[in-house]
Amino acid sequence: MAGPKALAAAILLSLLAAAAPAKAQTPLTEGIQIGLSTDNVSITAGFSGADLTIFGSLENPDPLVARQGRYDVIVVLEGPPKPVVVRRKDRVLGVWVNLDSETFENVPVSYSVATTRPLQDITEPNSYKQLSLGASNLYMQPADAGDSPATIEEFTAALRERKGAAGLYSENVGGVQFLSQNLFRATVRLAPNVPVGTHKARAFLFKSGLFIKESSAQLEIRKSGFEQSIFRVAHDYSFLYGVFAISLAMLTGWLGRLIFRKD
Amino acid sequence: MGIYLPIAEISVNVFVLLAMGAAVGFLSGMFGVGGGFLITPLLIFYNIPPAIAVATGANQVIASSVSGVLSHMKRGTLDFKLGGVLLAGGIIGSTAGIYVFAFLRRLGQLDLFISLLYVVLLGTVGGLMLVESINALRATRSGAAPVLKKSGQHNWIHRLPLKMRFRASKLFVSVIPVLGLGAGIGFLSSIMGVGGGFIMVPALIYLLKVPTNVVIGTSLFQIIFTSAYTTLVHATTNQTVDVVLAFLLMAGGVAGAQYGAKAGQRLRGEQLRALLALLVLAVAIRLAIDLFVTPPNLYSLSSAGLN
Repeated sequence: MAGPKALAAAILLSLLAAAAPAKAQTPLTEGIQIGLSTDNVSITAGFSGADLTIFGSLENPDPLVARQGRYDVIVVLEGPPKPVVVRRKDRVLGVWVNLDSETFENVPVSYSVATTRPLQDITEPNSYKQLSLGASNLYMQPADAGDSPATIEEFTAALRERKGAAGLYSENVGGVQFLSQNLFRATVRLAPNVPVGTHKARAFLFKSGLFIKESSAQLEIRKSGFEQSIFRVAHDYSFLYGVFAISLAMLTGWLGRLIFRKD
Repeated sequence: MGIYLPIAEISVNVFVLLAMGAAVGFLSGMFGVGGGFLITPLLIFYNIPPAIAVATGANQVIASSVSGVLSHMKRGTLDFKLGGVLLAGGIIGSTAGIYVFAFLRRLGQLDLFISLLYVVLLGTVGGLMLVESINALRATRSGAAPVLKKSGQHNWIHRLPLKMRFRASKLFVSVIPVLGLGAGIGFLSSIMGVGGGFIMVPALIYLLKVPTNVVIGTSLFQIIFTSAYTTLVHATTNQTVDVVLAFLLMAGGVAGAQYGAKAGQRLRGEQLRALLALLVLAVAIRLAIDLFVTPPNLYSLSSAGLN
């Protein structure tokens, strides 16, 4: 199959210069923009992960602050939210059995972060909590809020750990680079098992550790090709798909006998 | 060469799957079994999710059973009436099995249940076969003629009501055990992805006293339809049938089966049975070890939206 396919969702941004006259106040507030040149990305069957590049720009940056490198940008690509069950195995009569479980609502299937610097250098842990920003600060809502906080905490940690191990939650420190005073480029990782669906790209701007602004864009990730058609048919026309699977098996068995008959 | 399985959603090596199908086809040709009980555990060892391994295994079994039935039809060693009654039971059992399957999957206990069933059934059948074939081997070595189990002896099964006559099998027996046997096999088919031949064949011979020559054809006949039904229901309720995976296994399987059948003719019956018993036991032990060994990760995630 096709090898890893580098993806570049190039983003074209009207740099602000052109649109600037709109506001003529003296202390211009900073803003941030990202945009994707395409709103959908197709990955093929042989997809083995790739980097997705997102371009963006700062609006009205203060040249002094920019020169001192006190602007920080965090870009997140968040997969569609889905309910997830986390199960823990325990030993019962020597056999490992799934015993306890915890269901979480609306857990992003994937969550890739790219930052200008390590997260702890950008701002306080508390502002991350408030923004629900970063894999370790994402709020995971348990379906059954009645469970003990210790249990919920344990399963939340396990959920993050498993997502990280599967490459679905990742962090790319230094993945955001300023190309000029205004322009930046963010590289987020798409895991080989990146889920299909509507992903949300969000960019957060910080100035000297203070959160300034957020901007977001949507991106549809689709699987393309023969395999994806099969998947869609299996889900949308499951009865016909079953009939097809049976016919294929019967035909193969019959042909096998015709071709290899020994009696 | 890698190929992406659309339903299992993982990349696998085409040649590994073809070889797996061919190896199991070879063994099934050699021993006259469908091979579902080998395919499903092998797929699980190859990291295919158990739910998909089971449903796809059922699909693959159809292909090997069809080619087997065709040759039995030609030889006339197939009792359609007996097969039909077994099938009626099979549909009932399979339907029950699908519900249990979906229920266990929601509970998160499906993988465990599949492994336990495999360990218990394969362990029992393999153990019994090994003992039987070793005894037979000893008997032939000491010069005594192999003693066949005496058929025609009546047991409690033959005292049950609702008797029916099965002409091709020269049998006059209650439909209750026939339906029950069919239902049991249907249940296993939907939960384990097996055709159930390895249980059906001894049960028909020893419990119902069906003449050996019609047993395999009849068992294969009913397995085709039970597996087809199982495949269809898995496809509609669980969406776990992977045709790409199934096709690779079938393609390898139908080719392998012919060579296996040829190789099988060179071995003696009790040697074959001893080998098959060892194979069955090896699979059971391998699955049992996995149940007891501490898993590398105690936590697992699954999507909550199933069914």
